Amino acid sequence: MGTATLLSVTENLFVNGFLMTMKLFGMTLLFAIPLGLIISFGLISKFKPLRLVVNFLVWVIRGTPLMLQLIVVYYGPGLIWGGELLERFNAVLIAFVINYACYFAVIYKGGIESISQGQYEAGQVLGMTKAQIFFKVILLQVIKRILAPMSNEIITLVKDTSLARIIAVYELIFVAQDYIKTDGIIWPLFYTAVFYLLFCGLLTLLFNFFEKKLDYFKS
Amino acid sequence: MSILEVKNLCKSFGNNAVLKGVSFTLEKGEVLSIIGSSGGGKTTLLRCLNFLEFAEEGKIIVNGEEIYNGVKNSKHNEKELRLKRLHFGLVFQQFNLFPQYTAKENIMLAPKLMGIESKEQIEAETDALLARVGLTDKADYYPCMLSGGQQQRVAIARALAMKPDILCFDEPTSALDPELTGEVLKVIKGLKDSDTTMIVVTHEMGFAQNVSDKVIFMAKGVIEEMGTPEEVFEHPKSDITKAFLANATE
Repeated sequence: MGTATLLSVTENLFVNGFLMTMKLFGMTLLFAIPLGLIISFGLISKFKPLRLVVNFLVWVIRGTPLMLQLIVVYYGPGLIWGGELLERFNAVLIAFVINYACYFAVIYKGGIESISQGQYEAGQVLGMTKAQIFFKVILLQVIKRILAPMSNEIITLVKDTSLARIIAVYELIFVAQDYIKTDGIIWPLFYTAVFYLLFCGLLTLLFNFFEKKLDYFKS
Repeated sequence: MSILEVKNLCKSFGNNAVLKGVSFTLEKGEVLSIIGSSGGGKTTLLRCLNFLEFAEEGKIIVNGEEIYNGVKNSKHNEKELRLKRLHFGLVFQQFNLFPQYTAKENIMLAPKLMGIESKEQIEAETDALLARVGLTDKADYYPCMLSGGQQQRVAIARALAMKPDILCFDEPTSALDPELTGEVLKVIKGLKDSDTTMIVVTHEMGFAQNVSDKVIFMAKGVIEEMGTPEEVFEHPKSDITKAFLANATE
């Protein structure tokens, strides 16, 4: 039996588990947010073959469990091509980025399509380029409209990071679970909920702040 | 030379022919009103002039320069179109202001992006435009804080900022409460006095009769009647025009 105190458990969970959870969360967002935009352009592309391929990809990613995708990305390349396995963290990151980018893309698509055609036309008759219209006129209106569904998705991501343990990435839940084996105690596992709750609470506050920031205009 | 010459413009959506050979000319400083019932092709005509739609046939000639040819321009060069459409400005029925920008920013955005004039120059011109539409005190208001009439006046200033040869209005007062149409029409009248060439699609018969130099009555994709306000309103030749005017001015 170990000598687990609240302090030592907190420190261990934070340093060895929560930081990894954060790293996965942060890096997934960093790549999935822009990648989602590119995928959303594919979803609404006027070029039909591209549109079909991208819609197929999104169907596959949204239609299969993230856990399965993790396993495929980690073991797949080695089993199919006999090559080396990816670094565990990299495999998780790739699976998460692709998965979340697809969900984000569908949200972006809805946001982009909800902007009235008149906004594009107003930009056009003023001689703006397509890129100028998108970045200077449309984008901020889209951001305002997708804030609520994005906050949902991002808060889900916080908790989905726990799936990384499936391929033995040492994150918060995994570290806490070790106490069952080493110390015969289960409360550290329950205690992880506090970390998730606090972090999601913080995110909620952050999203409320953004919502207020964009309150100055109606769209 | 006429500032605008439109020759035999044809446009259809699927099997539905909306413009069936529309031709007219406009002199510099003239105001042309286009009247007619809904579905007659008025708005489509304006949208073709502004390249929001592309006519399958016909020519658009501005100041003697052919800027559009329906047969030749079947493939559109994006950049070329963008510059050519600046001969025209368009004020929309629904204003279409950019909600995240103030009145002033709405007017300055496109000139800034063009990057031809200095920021100081653009700012000075914007202030002048705001004064011209009587909204100097609302410069820093966002569209959602303005009434419909005020929003439309900002939209007019925004269109003028690109210095179009011909300013088009697509039913500029149709989305407004009746008590707000006056202020917008007053601004348009004011532009006439300063020699702006304008095409106004409108349901305001009084405006068409009193302000314009030329009136076109459109029905079913053709110009049914064209002439001075006196000719069209007082002595219409076609029966369709007579019937329309009888209903519209009742």
